[in-house]
Amino acid sequence: MEDLHFHHTARERAGGSRKMAIVGVVASGNLEVLVERMLADDECQVEIKTAAVGFGELWNAVVADFVERYAPGGLKFSVNDGGARPDTVSLRLAQAVRLMQEAG
Amino acid sequence: MPKSRQLAADIPHENTKAISFYESSARTRVELLVDAGSFSEFIGPEMREVSPHLKIFDLPEQFDDGIVVGSGRLDSAPIFIAAQEGRFMGGAFGEVHGAKLTGLLRAARDIKSMPVVILFDTGGVRLQEANAGELAIAEIMRAVMEARTAGVKVIGLIGGRSGCYGGGGLIAGCCSALVASEQGRIAVSGPEVIETNRGVEEFDSRDRALVWRTMGGKHRRLLGGAEAFTEDTVRDFRDAAVQLLGSTPDFSLQTLHAEQSRLEERLQRFGACLDATDIWIAEGVPDALNVPAMPADQFVVLADKVRRIRRDAR
Repeated sequence: MEDLHFHHTARERAGGSRKMAIVGVVASGNLEVLVERMLADDECQVEIKTAAVGFGELWNAVVADFVERYAPGGLKFSVNDGGARPDTVSLRLAQAVRLMQEAG
Repeated sequence: MPKSRQLAADIPHENTKAISFYESSARTRVELLVDAGSFSEFIGPEMREVSPHLKIFDLPEQFDDGIVVGSGRLDSAPIFIAAQEGRFMGGAFGEVHGAKLTGLLRAARDIKSMPVVILFDTGGVRLQEANAGELAIAEIMRAVMEARTAGVKVIGLIGGRSGCYGGGGLIAGCCSALVASEQGRIAVSGPEVIETNRGVEEFDSRDRALVWRTMGGKHRRLLGGAEAFTEDTVRDFRDAAVQLLGSTPDFSLQTLHAEQSRLEERLQRFGACLDATDIWIAEGVPDALNVPAMPADQFVVLADKVRRIRRDAR
């Protein structure tokens, strides 16, 4: 297992009022993303526990791209990863932001 | 009720008609099974009550340890509900996973007025947590019987990709009533386990047709192990659960005696049968060899004719 932590400054606050959401399951090639609204409006944190060791640079790129695209300010993402591909990771992160925009 | 919530409440009702139980996650099953917007989770993922064992094996954890528990409303009546996530470690029972279900059943026992619906999806005990997992199974079985003794109905729904095996099969056997779909396999030893221990001549685990007709929902229904057979949609499972909650009789010592006689009689009548089809023929099922290929709606009609639910046993 490998633990990775990313901290970004987001352009704006993530939409919606929901406090928490969860998406995905921990299975081979899949991951779960728990997202909580608990940071300052311009902050974004992503904490990852992954079964696939040695992909830190790839995660860094995927997370940076995600923050740039979705501006998830105020959100902390906690990821349990079962070895998902980067496209699956991007999809789950985007789903998590989308869920936070729904009614709490 | 805020307008957005009202909208959210209306949408799932339409959708559940077509959504596959088998393909859905544990969370989706729970959300779509109970009345829209009524689910309230206990020890949710944000509490991070993860397994204390998986880390030792360098394995990934899941924030809910593979089971969702909470309360909600089913057809307006309050219920407790639990759903296993069959894709996380095969839905297996670990220490935390098991404790969440035990706690739910004990709450039901104490409150007395709320039935429990358990959505099984499990291969049994999580091997990495062997002793804690075995203890969890024993605690859950006891909690099911204590809840039933206190007058609580415990209904099991089985239709997930991991089926209901190992200790999960034992717990299912303790429930007041079971609903199964064709995919809902119920057994203790799984196909691979039997083949490994007894040889391929005893059970060929690669023969999927054999697996389905020996452990699948249709056979369990015809044998009386499951009280209801249903199509593979969350909506159909919901309807079957509502119906069984209404029709399942109260539990007593007499129920157990009746169940014992039923099982003795079953062993006597079918003990020498080598295949499920032999049992169906002996039971007088018309066109028995065609049962595996029969569409669900036709099978429901057939099963209701062949096997009336035994009101006096289980």
